[in-house]
Amino acid sequence: MNKLKFIARHAMGRTVRGTALVAHDGFSARYDLDRIAGIFSRPTHKLVGESYLNKILVLDTAKGGVASAWMLHEMKSRGAVPLALVFNSVNPILVQGAALADLPMLAGFDEDITKAIPFGAKVEVNPEMGILEVIR
Amino acid sequence: MNLTEEERDICAGKFGSVPQRALKHQIAVGTFFGARDFVPVTQAHIMADTESLGEAGVLWLEELAAATEGQRRVRIPTITDPRGTDFAKAKFLGQTSAMLSLEQRTIDAFVKLGVVMTNTCINYQTIQAPTRNEHVAYGDTGVVIYSNSICGARSNFEGGPSALAAGLTGRTPRYGFHLPEQRRATLYVRVEYTPESLNEWGALGGTIGRIVGNYWNVPVMEGIEGTPGSDQLKHFGAAMASFGSTALFHLVGLTPEASRLADVAKPGLPTFRVSRKDVQALQDSYRSDDRVDVVVFSAPQLSLYELRALAELCKGRQFAVPLLAVTSPQVKPDADRLGYTKDIEDAGGTVLSGMCFYQSYAREIAEANGWKRLATNSAKMVNILGGYGYRPMLASMEACVDAAASGRLA
Repeated sequence: MNKLKFIARHAMGRTVRGTALVAHDGFSARYDLDRIAGIFSRPTHKLVGESYLNKILVLDTAKGGVASAWMLHEMKSRGAVPLALVFNSVNPILVQGAALADLPMLAGFDEDITKAIPFGAKVEVNPEMGILEVIR
Repeated sequence: MNLTEEERDICAGKFGSVPQRALKHQIAVGTFFGARDFVPVTQAHIMADTESLGEAGVLWLEELAAATEGQRRVRIPTITDPRGTDFAKAKFLGQTSAMLSLEQRTIDAFVKLGVVMTNTCINYQTIQAPTRNEHVAYGDTGVVIYSNSICGARSNFEGGPSALAAGLTGRTPRYGFHLPEQRRATLYVRVEYTPESLNEWGALGGTIGRIVGNYWNVPVMEGIEGTPGSDQLKHFGAAMASFGSTALFHLVGLTPEASRLADVAKPGLPTFRVSRKDVQALQDSYRSDDRVDVVVFSAPQLSLYELRALAELCKGRQFAVPLLAVTSPQVKPDADRLGYTKDIEDAGGTVLSGMCFYQSYAREIAEANGWKRLATNSAKMVNILGGYGYRPMLASMEACVDAAASGRLA
């Protein structure tokens, strides 16, 4: 792996560091998660069984309906929420939800970010600079 | 973002904390997407089922609603998507008092904010359809795709917090489908099969949605024969939005922005074909059993014409398993008055109003009633309910009614 810094065209929130949970798959708070257990639960999701709590999710795109706009806020109120969200592309719903829940988010890279970041890598999400950096 | 003098005043809190919070939320979203400014909107439509809101979301709404009278009301007509219950039928559904309490608190908060409780996802059929180029802030993906595509209105998917914010400020960030350049087609689909039944229209929409696969993609289609009606396009669009996160499509010669292919598409777009076999394959992929525990017509809510057709099929039948038909509070009184409700309920069915099946604690009501194998004619609903532990099956309205009578799906 040569490149360590990736520039995002869209960014929101504060800087955080954490472990990346990476998959080339979509994300819907309503359909993909067991929000009580804090794990991916949709049987066909590539991260099924993985805990998302305090992880930085690196996924392909946002899926599903408008419910995620509320659900991230509800998850945040219980402390059962990812640390940050990183997508190749994102629809307005998750951005609106991240804004309400005050979750850092990056989206829009020149490369497929799900292929660029190794599963389990330590990464820093820096929305102010619009940078996702592999730190270890 | 460039702000007008009024927007700077809202941001400074001159109109109170509620519009101030709303505009700041909108600025965060608009900045993320690079919006240069706000665009005035004429209507807002809020999706806010309490399963999504949770206690935290309800408290958030109640906090807004506790603001001083005169500083908390929406500025434009602001209506609601289906609620999470029909209070008159909550016991039948197996919903708990805790669920109903959250629902009532949500309604009370919305009323204080000046929101009109229409409780419908077919407002384009029952309240007021938007007009071409009308900028609106709609929630419910089915409402957005219909309004954008069939009506030629301009809306992004506005989740509940953002739709409420738009109601409170009378504007929304100018990005996405508010911009003419975003509305041009990005892929071309040749449709080789024109469906007849509503489930087939939904299956066609779902098949195309899977191809589209991304909110920012806009399909343009040719090949559909005749002129599909509102209910057909309702199921077509709702399924496309559900399977593909799609917010806008064009049908050449049918939808208002695409009189000709060249109006919305440049040459050389990525090209796809969809055949009858593809539509059937999507339907077949959900046929996991021949027995059913429950039959549901919902998502989107049924129009008066759909209820009329269903009532005709129910006459003289006696159902072996529950059959639920969900409609809007605007349609239900007409269905009662015209005898459709009686025909359906005399056969053992239940007509519900103002809710949507999958937004009504679907997982919990499945557990309460032992419902797992579910038959429906809604492609949108089969896509959604798998995530709630159901085994949903897609079939025609006629086959679903037969299944309600025999307990088996032919």
